[in-house]
Amino acid sequence: MTRPEPQGGLGDYLAAQVDKPQLRFITCGSVDDGKSTLIGRLLYEAKRLFDDQLLALETDSRRYGTQGERMDFALLVDGLQAEREQGITIDVAYRFFDTDRRKFIVADTPGHEQYTRNMATGASTAELALILVDARKGILPQTRRHSRIVAMMGIGQVVLAVNKMDLVGYDRERFEAITAEYRAFAEGLGLPDIRAIPLSALEGDNVTTPSRAMPWYDGPTLLGHLEAVEPARAADQPPFRMPVQWVNRAHADFRGFCGRIAAGTVRPGQTVRVLPSGVTTTVLAITGFDGDRAEARSGDSVTLLLADAVDVSRGDVIVAADQPPEVADQLEARLLWMSEHPLVAGRPFRLKLHCQEVTASVTAIKYREDVTSGARLAGKSVAMNEIAVVTLSLDRPVVFEPYAASRTLGGFILIDKFSNETAGAGMVEFALRRAANIHWQAMEVDKAARAALKGQTPKCLWFTGLSGAGKSTIANLVEKRLLAEGRHTYLLDGDNVRHGLNRDLGFTEADRVENIRRVAEVAKLMVDAGLIVLVAFISPFRSERRLARALFEPGEFVEVFIDTPLAECERRDVKGLYAKARRGELKNFTGIDSAYEPPEAPEIHLRTAKDSADRCAQRVLRAIG
Amino acid sequence: MSLNTLESESIEIFREAVATAARPVMMYSIGKDSSVMLHLARKAFFPAPPPFPLLHVDTTWKFRDMIEHRDRTAAALGLRLIVHVNRDGLERNVNPFTHGSAVHTDVMKTEALKQALDAHRFDLVFGGARRDEEKSRAKERVFSFRQPGHRWDPKRQRPELWALYNTHVKPGESIRVFPLSNWTELDVWQYIRRERIPIVPLYFARERPVVRRDGAWIMVDDDRLPLRPGEIPQMRKVRFRTLGCYPLTGAIESDAETIEEVVAETLNARSSERQGRLIDSDGAGSMERKKQEGYF
Repeated sequence: MTRPEPQGGLGDYLAAQVDKPQLRFITCGSVDDGKSTLIGRLLYEAKRLFDDQLLALETDSRRYGTQGERMDFALLVDGLQAEREQGITIDVAYRFFDTDRRKFIVADTPGHEQYTRNMATGASTAELALILVDARKGILPQTRRHSRIVAMMGIGQVVLAVNKMDLVGYDRERFEAITAEYRAFAEGLGLPDIRAIPLSALEGDNVTTPSRAMPWYDGPTLLGHLEAVEPARAADQPPFRMPVQWVNRAHADFRGFCGRIAAGTVRPGQTVRVLPSGVTTTVLAITGFDGDRAEARSGDSVTLLLADAVDVSRGDVIVAADQPPEVADQLEARLLWMSEHPLVAGRPFRLKLHCQEVTASVTAIKYREDVTSGARLAGKSVAMNEIAVVTLSLDRPVVFEPYAASRTLGGFILIDKFSNETAGAGMVEFALRRAANIHWQAMEVDKAARAALKGQTPKCLWFTGLSGAGKSTIANLVEKRLLAEGRHTYLLDGDNVRHGLNRDLGFTEADRVENIRRVAEVAKLMVDAGLIVLVAFISPFRSERRLARALFEPGEFVEVFIDTPLAECERRDVKGLYAKARRGELKNFTGIDSAYEPPEAPEIHLRTAKDSADRCAQRVLRAIG
Repeated sequence: MSLNTLESESIEIFREAVATAARPVMMYSIGKDSSVMLHLARKAFFPAPPPFPLLHVDTTWKFRDMIEHRDRTAAALGLRLIVHVNRDGLERNVNPFTHGSAVHTDVMKTEALKQALDAHRFDLVFGGARRDEEKSRAKERVFSFRQPGHRWDPKRQRPELWALYNTHVKPGESIRVFPLSNWTELDVWQYIRRERIPIVPLYFARERPVVRRDGAWIMVDDDRLPLRPGEIPQMRKVRFRTLGCYPLTGAIESDAETIEEVVAETLNARSSERQGRLIDSDGAGSMERKKQEGYF
């Protein structure tokens, strides 16, 4: 193996090159504002293009270019075939360049609304946003939408690049009018620090060299500003926070707690607290491959050794003992929805917040926010690329800080439990109630005691199937037999519950989710009371049935699929509902214009076309013993 | 403190991946990026060794120096090394000359990689790719989701916010993780220099037997390289900016014998490192297409 030897003079020169500060920024703006062209121009002018890349650019410009005989800098950045063919940006592209003063990572983000989630991806790690405006068009709805997302993601620095000045005759008044309009708008978003620069990415004016065509502008060039700008830093030194990513048990005597410091500094001897348990201990050492360290600070990945044998696992957070963050299981948050399937209240998701992963459901959609105007809108569901303020209920308390105080401890994603897609990005605003206030009433009379008195095992028999499939008929027969055997039962039927408890609910998807949630909670209380509960509900969606199942202990929930073909249900049409639905008088009718998702693995699968109602009932009774 | 930031970010990625994956593995291609990646993995889990094996997909056309370096590194660090060769391709004698670089790469690299990943049921694979290397790589996530069959769908990438990586996969799906996503070629060289990371000697200039072919210097690494009419091996002082299959990897003429000289040369380079890779120029969008099919 060759082990390189460091040298003298050349080494000093290289050392000066190596640890230049870095700035990560995004570019955003409307389609055709010239984002990609501007980045290409920056790379070109910063001399970060290699000869073979320039050669490829010339070839590509002739083939795909939109600039006639000139080089089309946009082609440097649009990397996907589909993007080059359509001449648009679909996904965020990361580009690298450096000057003598700084290294830059640019995230070039898509302008189209349908790719907003990709823009958010780029924005989430950026320190500065470069917002492009076409001088001819001025502030567009897209500009407002992107600015709102930039503000929501907490990017403190904004550059308003008024591009294509060459096409408005380098007109000062035009520039100032756009700038004034933008500042007024940005103020409402809480974007404090805005630098407006008139430029032409195509011609190179004010990109790296001051424009001779705009002598009236005496501010910095774009590159000059990017080199000099100081990223917004917190005024006070924030207290120490380190989420535990990994517990290193290298050998029996070693327990190292690994993580990347989210805020503050840490030194050996410092008193720290472990959350959520709240135990305090002392940092023994900051250890690692390069030996022990005297101090580590925000952004460092470290391994901590603690003085006491405290219980710490992945997802816990080690914090400054005297200034701990909050712990809560009910949160209010702002959400950017990114899934094609709209968000409705009640559905469970995985919530990932730093290294913690819990199950969460949206308990209420407080309001949606018009991304362009900021107006508050009512709504029972949130579609892709929409922003909403919601309340969340978690199955376990999490350690967090408001997003405004910490991106690391306040930003989270929601992951669909079944498709695994990343469905939403969230920013915690505050806790609705603190976990410390939750004390379950310890009861000596419990489920086991109540069930023992009745001499039975409590269960929830969940009958699902199309309208008219025979759910109520079979559930009634089962209940009669159980009663005859001296069991204590209760039947919750779709119709009787809808007349009382759920009479405020309609038949939209959101209402149907809530309908099932309430019924499941009622069934859970009844099982807790020791009863055998029979639930006969269409309950068409798998996710709601899963939600219901998750409320019960293993073995308590028995899913009974009443499998009757749609044609047969429609032929029976006991209540005349199918006929109405076919005539269009009933909306959202399961099987007609709303989906029924059959169970994938029901405990009991009954085919009414094959067996009589009696035989079906007997099978249920046998199955539950 | 830029290198420190990059180092901390990569370590965070390693730990996050290992904490959430069932069967992780590291693609080890023996080059400078793999060497840096391995060094970062050692730091991430120190004093424990990296809790995953290394996988080398051997096309049987790698430089001899690479194989030597690979075996020595694995032995010195006590790491589990899996070497996979596409036996089927070997039996059919697939090589860069009679089949062309595209078929050779597809059979002996992409197919071979998929065979190895399937055989060991790895659900998370570390790769040393960097976003500054190539345009389609510039678009890739740090945690890049792969459908069954290892396909990459660039139009449906998972959103990736902050450092919150969604590592959930279903059986048959997998994730490729790129800890060096935000590093540049220069960062890699600077880091090798700072950390004194051992690398294959081919990266340093030395007199080597080469022939001029398709505008590149190709090293005659063994007697399997068929010489074309008029080609006579000559000694030239050359080095390599990237390493792959020797018949497909062009050297550059250089006097850079030390790491400092290599870094200085990189600072003033006028061509990108992938210029020496003959397989990248198989057509516009060729890297994106290879990646969709499962190539790293």
